[in-house]
Amino acid sequence: MNRRRPAVTSLKYLALVTYLIFLAFPLFWLISTSLKTPQEIALIDPTMIPREITFDNFTTAFSEQPIVRSILNTTLVAGASCVLTVLLSIPAAYVMARYRSTLSRATLVWVLLSQIFPFILVIIPLFLLLRDFGLYDTYIGLITVYVVWSMPFALWMLRSYVATIPYELEEAASMDGASKARTIKDIVAPLLAPGVVAAGLFAFVSAWNEFMFALVLIRSPEQQTLSLTLVKFIGAEGVARLGPLAAASLVATVPSLIFFAIMQRRLTGGLLGGAVKS
Amino acid sequence: MSAAPTVERPPASTPSPRRPRRTWLGLDRDGLILAIPALIPVVVFSVYPLLRGIYLGFTDARAGRANETSFTGFENYASLLDDSYFWESFRIGLVWAFSVTILQFVFALGLASLLNQKIRMRWLARTLALVPWAMPQVVVGIMWRLVYHPNAGILNSVLMDLGVIDGNVDWLSSFEVALPAVIVVGIWAGMPQTTVVLLAGLQSVSKELHEAAAMDGAGVWQRFRNVTWPAIKPVVLAITTLDFIWNFNSFGLVYVLTEGGPGGATRLPLLFAYEEAFRYGNYGYAAALGNAMVVVIALFVVFYLRQRMKEADER
Repeated sequence: MNRRRPAVTSLKYLALVTYLIFLAFPLFWLISTSLKTPQEIALIDPTMIPREITFDNFTTAFSEQPIVRSILNTTLVAGASCVLTVLLSIPAAYVMARYRSTLSRATLVWVLLSQIFPFILVIIPLFLLLRDFGLYDTYIGLITVYVVWSMPFALWMLRSYVATIPYELEEAASMDGASKARTIKDIVAPLLAPGVVAAGLFAFVSAWNEFMFALVLIRSPEQQTLSLTLVKFIGAEGVARLGPLAAASLVATVPSLIFFAIMQRRLTGGLLGGAVKS
Repeated sequence: MSAAPTVERPPASTPSPRRPRRTWLGLDRDGLILAIPALIPVVVFSVYPLLRGIYLGFTDARAGRANETSFTGFENYASLLDDSYFWESFRIGLVWAFSVTILQFVFALGLASLLNQKIRMRWLARTLALVPWAMPQVVVGIMWRLVYHPNAGILNSVLMDLGVIDGNVDWLSSFEVALPAVIVVGIWAGMPQTTVVLLAGLQSVSKELHEAAAMDGAGVWQRFRNVTWPAIKPVVLAITTLDFIWNFNSFGLVYVLTEGGPGGATRLPLLFAYEEAFRYGNYGYAAALGNAMVVVIALFVVFYLRQRMKEADER
């Protein structure tokens, strides 16, 4: 439209570049800080790009007991939440897709409602409940909470995948005498693989990144997840510690970066696709 | 609603055995068995706690097993109204939620319309625009603390070089600039979601209509007002409402950035409630705060949506 107006075009690019600097610069700064030597971080006039690139900050971060410990904790908690969420969601998602029931709508309503209610209303009773069950400050308690809070959305994702599997396949199976549970296990579940990967990744990354529940439900340092450890880490804010902090933060970002790399198309594409039709 | 063939009501004590099988949520036995492993945990660990949380707001629940909890009706709310910290945190919460939502919407709309055009390196721009979304909240907080850091931060250094400031500013610890500084991070963190949604809206705008309007000599602004805006309005309504709710309920980001300081200058309602509950053990009072937040959100959403609906009717 503006092919003949170079001024407008260059303004446009200028605006775009400003946006991209705003959006990407903090990440650039985090990476830059993580690659600097302590001496360079302490300079009065900070350098944009490290003069001397070093990976010492990463080695330092990985040699610190609390960080390594919390990475292992987080992997365990997120992995267990992922597996449990998927296992519990598949049958329910099947029901949502195949039955004419109010379950689908109830799930959607719950997903929306849980956005409106502030987390304090849930976390106090949850804290009391877990304490009464003896699950306060345990992995099991935290995993339970993560499974329950990522499930409604995981269900919603999986439901749409089930809906794409032709029902005839199941009819054939049940004709051959397979029970419902058997049909799901042997016919539906294998065909669901892409949906399972998406829902599983979602559950893993939400648990990996989660902070608020962990803040309230975990107390002892040995049980801390990575988010908690990182936040504790900033408390001791000597400039010398900023390098390892930046390095550890980058490590903490890896799972969600992978998730976004895989899901990018679906996140933008899926959303765009749906919106165009409506 | 009942599909029972018999009209007469069976006596309550002796349910008729011939009644069609009652189904729950529209599920038969198989369906229930499959759904229950997912339903029970959700009900026990999220629906029930939420209901109990709402109820706690009407009690004097406190930390410590020895304390008896009793129903106190609206007592908590009366004390809330007398509590200057409460008013202050709601004021900050509203300033935060409105600034972030509105500014984010304006910036995201600009970015989305740029990304909607044929420009070079669009794929790169679209990928970079998603960066904040792909980062955990805690890392976002830490990253911005590094940017804002009074000595080692890049912001001070850049602003000094540009001659905007002449001494290092401690952005997150200064009473005047802490809230604006935190708002900038809030805008940054939510840009991708809002942009993606608005971009989807923009792509649904009919190209033919745009071209026809251009033929008739409509300028850029006129085309935006009369063609684009009406088409994206439902999307705008949905995303700004959601953004407002998310922002008013936000906790983690500001907790990592400032923990509500300095001197409560960034103490959002949820940070206040968190302190009340887990620092001072006032569960009932904190839950009442939560309920008050729900009321504020509900009032806002109803008012906002009704206002927009009315405008839509007048067209």
